[in-house]
Amino acid sequence: MELNVNGVVHKVDVEPDMPLLWALREVLGLTGTKYGCGVAQCGACSVQLNGELTRSCSIPVSAVAGQKITTVEGISKDTSHAVQKAWVALDIPQCGYCQSGQIMAAVSLLKRVPKPTDADIDAAMTNICRCGTYQRIRDGIHVAAGQKKLADVLKEYATAGVTKA
Amino acid sequence: MTQATKKSAINSSRRQFMVASATAGAGLSLGLSFPFAASAQAVPLKTPDEVNLWVVVKPDDTVVVRIVRSEMGQGTRTGLAQLVAEELDCDWSKVTTQAPTAGQNLARGRAWGAMATGGSRGIRDSQDYVRRGGAAARMMLLQAAADQWKVPVAELKVSKAVITHSSGKKTTYGKVADAAAKLTPPDPKTIVLKKPQQWTIAGTSVPRLDTANKVNGSKVFSIDLRLPGMLCAAVKSCPVFGGKLVSFDESKIKSMRGIKGVVKVDDSTVAVVADTWWRAKNALENLPIDWDLGANAKASSTTIAAHLKEGLTAEGDFWQRKVGDAPAAIKSAAKQVTAEYFAPFVAHATMEPMNCVVKIGGGKAQAWVPTQNAEASIAALSEASGLKLDQCDVQTMDLGGGLGRRGGTQDFLHQAVAVAKQFPDTPIKLVWSREEDMTHDFYRPIAMAKMSAGLDEKGKLVALHARVSGQSINAWLAPTAIKNNKDVRQLQGWYEEPGDAQLGYTVPNLLTEYVMRNTHVPVGPWRGVNTNQNGIFMECFIEECARAGGRDSLEFRREMMQNHPKHLAVLNAVAEKGNWGKPLPPGIHRGIAQFMGYGSYSAATAEVSVSASGQVKVHRMVFALNSGHHVNPSQVKAQIEGSVVMALSSTFNEEITIENGAVKEQNYNTYLLGKMKDTPKVECVLVPTHDFWGGVGEPTICVVGPALLNAISAATGKQYRELPLRKHGLTLA
Repeated sequence: MELNVNGVVHKVDVEPDMPLLWALREVLGLTGTKYGCGVAQCGACSVQLNGELTRSCSIPVSAVAGQKITTVEGISKDTSHAVQKAWVALDIPQCGYCQSGQIMAAVSLLKRVPKPTDADIDAAMTNICRCGTYQRIRDGIHVAAGQKKLADVLKEYATAGVTKA
Repeated sequence: MTQATKKSAINSSRRQFMVASATAGAGLSLGLSFPFAASAQAVPLKTPDEVNLWVVVKPDDTVVVRIVRSEMGQGTRTGLAQLVAEELDCDWSKVTTQAPTAGQNLARGRAWGAMATGGSRGIRDSQDYVRRGGAAARMMLLQAAADQWKVPVAELKVSKAVITHSSGKKTTYGKVADAAAKLTPPDPKTIVLKKPQQWTIAGTSVPRLDTANKVNGSKVFSIDLRLPGMLCAAVKSCPVFGGKLVSFDESKIKSMRGIKGVVKVDDSTVAVVADTWWRAKNALENLPIDWDLGANAKASSTTIAAHLKEGLTAEGDFWQRKVGDAPAAIKSAAKQVTAEYFAPFVAHATMEPMNCVVKIGGGKAQAWVPTQNAEASIAALSEASGLKLDQCDVQTMDLGGGLGRRGGTQDFLHQAVAVAKQFPDTPIKLVWSREEDMTHDFYRPIAMAKMSAGLDEKGKLVALHARVSGQSINAWLAPTAIKNNKDVRQLQGWYEEPGDAQLGYTVPNLLTEYVMRNTHVPVGPWRGVNTNQNGIFMECFIEECARAGGRDSLEFRREMMQNHPKHLAVLNAVAEKGNWGKPLPPGIHRGIAQFMGYGSYSAATAEVSVSASGQVKVHRMVFALNSGHHVNPSQVKAQIEGSVVMALSSTFNEEITIENGAVKEQNYNTYLLGKMKDTPKVECVLVPTHDFWGGVGEPTICVVGPALLNAISAATGKQYRELPLRKHGLTLA
């Protein structure tokens, strides 16, 4: 069967019931997409399938053959997507393990709703982050959407409430 | 500055030994995607450009700082590099880091010090020697320039790696690094560290050094490693702790695609090995296994609760602090207040499940481990493989969350070694399924508390009797730490001694007691450890006392804190920033709490509203933290923000329950973690006093729960004393 991932068509010989996640990670070597739960609860495995956000741990590879799959490795060539730039500028990740999925969810949200409200963000961003980076993810989405100025957010992180030595 | 002198020659035999010890394949560079990989060039330990243990300077002035503490998101790598760079006076934009292996550390006589990363100690326990390392390197680099120019070193200045002589001559660190590396290090007594007021790199919110590859999928966690010839293992341990593996029927799965074998890992664990992990896991789910569940199969959350409950009234010698006669003073007080609290087992549930890679062969054992303690890992590797320490090496992989789970308990590494021994010269990547991870954790210990107090006519607290009945972490993991049958650690946060986890109140009559009630369920440190439940027990009960006496929550606390100025200062700071006593919009109510853990002082306010149907909206939380110093304010705040999410989640949602001896919750669909929609706006006030070094990763977690509970109590007029709150119909809106 053929898998079209990030614009490249791969011929793969795998069991039809292998979840897309494992075909990506263990057959194609695209390890940016993460295993977190295997039951579509945490979102660490999020990819785009024909442009729609999809949890790849719970969809068999046979169901996506030939369709357009985009992983975190494929959202930009040089880490230049507005979401990636905001994530770097605000140092959003802590351990980073869930962030591929968070970024895929944020990219999808902004494609659908270019200027999301906090309520839009609450509804769309259901991925789990055990480090608890949600507040900064929210800021990152607002920065990527052009609704908050990067400098203002950075200033708040760096200096608000800080007593000088 | 002391005159540094040229060594006659670098100890060549020592260098040979280091080179040899490094041929275990250990690449020094963390930047390598696949450290240890066969293709990776072995780097000798004492590199020519190594100025000292901590600092390597490249000809282009790039500075490589060696860091041995683990990075699991908490930002320690960046913070330690800031401290070294500060003393070194180098150009921060040219700083990178390397992670020596556990074997390299041992080969150099543990020259880099402890590798353990837990207890919020990553920075506070190593700040002194890493800063000295940076300062010593600066002195050697300046001396090398002085020697070259034949001028006194006192005539030199340095800024951002550029050395300038009073005559105007300039050179850079990169140009004198080779010469500096050949100098004898300065006498430690001559090293003078900068004062925080002089800092320009430390103490500032420089960007983290490890963010870029976390946003494009290129960061390689241990679970992502792909080594030549590697096989993958999925494991299953007996669902009941203490149960045994009786037999399994390999024939049922042998013909499945990619299966390479089935291994009895230990008395209670079986592994399936395959060419990919998904195939191994799939086959394991189809493997018929016969377990001997043992006597523990009779245990349940109900039997465990009864066991703890008995401890609340048991007779015996349980006291840890005794001032005056609290029980008598309570009896004779104008008003008595009593309450019982409960905190359940909770799981770490790190996003990256337990895993590691092990390769054994040719008289060597190598492991790539997401570990909070690479020295515990190498000890486990040696013990399990039967090879000597100098035949073993461990590369610390950045962790997809640690939270206390991956420190001393190297259970998953022991398993991987058992499998790897059956597949010589083959890298084995052993990965736990989420279900295995959820059901075989070392959980935060279950605890109950009986709190009693006496108030005088004015509502002042005159006596406090606090008894905890619950499981002991030390009894499970470190029995020798229990002295005279008293486990001090379980009353963390209520200590008399200053500096670590001191109770911030002076009470005329005080009795604290810990009644050890162990179970068959493994327990271990969970971010904040015992400050989590002890903070809730104490700070919610203090609130109950304030209300019983008709007193303001803040004033009631303040009058007991006059002997504890640092505790009081953070309480005052949070009260001010959190607008304590000022009006709120209708329906919104405030709570406040303060507590101490990990050498730092924390306080919080929470603002909540509660709907008639029990929907709780957390609108805002404000925190004050005195951690002595803050190396990177933005990252300190990130840790506070993270602690809020974890504590909010555990307060409302998280509980591990036991049924027929086994953990009932299997995955995130029944073990509910906090999400974006649950997260309030968090504001921080950092009030460092610069006279001590406290922790950052854990201290604030213990005030989140009590501040929330006290706000909920203010909103509802009801006291919720049993966690998680969802059991009482309270859910996050």
